Amino acid sequence: MAHIQLKNIRKSFGMVDVIKGVDLEVHSGEFMVFVGPSGCGKSTLLRLLAGLEDITSGEMTFDGQLVNALAPSKRGIAMVFQSYALYPHMTVYENMAFGMQLAKSSKEAIRERVERAAEMLQITPYLNRLPKQLSGGQRQRVAIGRAIVRDPKVFLFDEPLSNLDAALRVATRLEIAKLHHQMTGSTMIYVTHDQVEAMTLADRICVLRDGLIEQVGTPLELYDNPQSMFVAGFIGSPKMNFLNGQIAEGFGANTIGIRSEHIEVSDREGSWKGKVVHSENLGSDTYVYVDIGAGEPVIVRQEGKSMHQPDEPISIAPIPDKIHRFDKAGKPLRH
Amino acid sequence: MNAWAITKRASFYLLVLVIVVFAVFPFYYAILTSFKSGSDLFRITYWPESISLQNYINVLGVGSFPRNFLNSVFVASITVLLALFLAVTASFALARVRFRGRGLLLMTILGVSMFPQIAVLAGLFELIRFIGIYNTPWALIFSYTIFTLPFTVWVLTTFMRDLPIEIEEAAIVDGANPWIIITRVFLPLMWPALVTTGLLAFIGAWNEFLFALTFTISNDTRTVPVAIALLSGGTQHEIPWGSIMAASVIVTVPLVVLVLIFQRKIVSGLTAGGVKG
Repeated sequence: MAHIQLKNIRKSFGMVDVIKGVDLEVHSGEFMVFVGPSGCGKSTLLRLLAGLEDITSGEMTFDGQLVNALAPSKRGIAMVFQSYALYPHMTVYENMAFGMQLAKSSKEAIRERVERAAEMLQITPYLNRLPKQLSGGQRQRVAIGRAIVRDPKVFLFDEPLSNLDAALRVATRLEIAKLHHQMTGSTMIYVTHDQVEAMTLADRICVLRDGLIEQVGTPLELYDNPQSMFVAGFIGSPKMNFLNGQIAEGFGANTIGIRSEHIEVSDREGSWKGKVVHSENLGSDTYVYVDIGAGEPVIVRQEGKSMHQPDEPISIAPIPDKIHRFDKAGKPLRH
Repeated sequence: MNAWAITKRASFYLLVLVIVVFAVFPFYYAILTSFKSGSDLFRITYWPESISLQNYINVLGVGSFPRNFLNSVFVASITVLLALFLAVTASFALARVRFRGRGLLLMTILGVSMFPQIAVLAGLFELIRFIGIYNTPWALIFSYTIFTLPFTVWVLTTFMRDLPIEIEEAAIVDGANPWIIITRVFLPLMWPALVTTGLLAFIGAWNEFLFALTFTISNDTRTVPVAIALLSGGTQHEIPWGSIMAASVIVTVPLVVLVLIFQRKIVSGLTAGGVKG
């Protein structure tokens, strides 16, 4: 259990400011996901939490204890790296036991913990293998196992799935979600650039942009009430449709955003006329790209299989109360 | 087409043969000569006709050659151990610790290695006299280490730089201090580099002549290259070619054995599996 508090955390590398004053609270037992485009500082923030980088200024406390200058191994954290970072010359067992060996735990205690973690992740048959004899997914499970063995108060995940192929990614994501349910005592912080991972895993998501927090909230809060155009565009797939110019002015905003599932194919009043550019049939849904003369084509999501031919004329209408209105600065306009 | 392929293949192997003969012949001739005795020595032959061990018995049984041999083993081994220890710790700092002037330091180390031995001979001699290790094996260990270190540090630094940083960070999170990272995480991964540089350092120290000639004076402290050069025959005008060749062969054997042993250890891909890619 660890309650983490960040107060005005800053980090500069030489002249470059990477983290520009972050205030954040992570509750104990919470699964917090840092998400943002590359270069937004999310990995740096995680490394600050791990203690692999020094904080330039600000205060970081774990359960009220200041940890600014505490060595990583003293913080009660464990980290899972994107590239697994297993010790190549050690067997899976030795990899998982290394931390406890350094902490001078007894052989029996180490064996018990390693075996329990291995069982949890179903890697018991591989305990005597070397990392190079394992597949990518197995290696990442070992890396997670190594973290579990340390019995940390805080789990840190640095894009653990981005080296895996699509099928394994979904499976391992489920694994991590299960882990979170089993280890209710541990706070988990997870960095990803993939908003689907963020939406599916997180209790709360922290969206970062250019070294600052853009918004913190539950996945659905972020989805339904984005506090900026950036968050609105970043969360959700397909991307939210943004329209400006005349159409937006009609709604009294600089830009309006509307999610693809909140647009209907309809002829009613206020509808936009255009023609189909392309349609993607995914079986359960169909995404129709419609050119209404507003620059980017508007994406409309329709349930089931609906057939549209390119260049077919079409009328679409947004559901009025689902429209997000933004001002010039990209901030939402309240009604 | 087929004839052309055969010609190509034939000329390739011909070239290989020529290179092998050029490279191996001197050594072969030394072995051949070492088994000859008496006036046979001055007859040119290319195949062994009679094998006599008299030269070996002469070299090993008479004079201080066995002692010189042990001196060489001692000097070369200690040089290798010392150089590797210093180089591993130095390269960890140079590859992994960020500090001001790191690039300059690396260039200086490389620069030092460009001085010819003769240029520093006088200064080094003074230094060795001053420390009081003149005419001891330590004088040689000291000077050989100085000359081996730049190369060793450079190679190990390059190698260490290529080790994935995440592995080091994982070790830090696991609670390892730099010493544990070096000894328990990096060293096992660096075997190929250690073996290669260690072997080269050993060969360098084993064959070195100028320092060995200058910094030792008595028969008991000499190493083999000097001892062989100073082997003398019955009279001033007789050069004991047989003994010299036998001694040379004896001196080469440890190197060949070392290379054969460690060749198996020089396996690449030791880091495979630790990180992606």
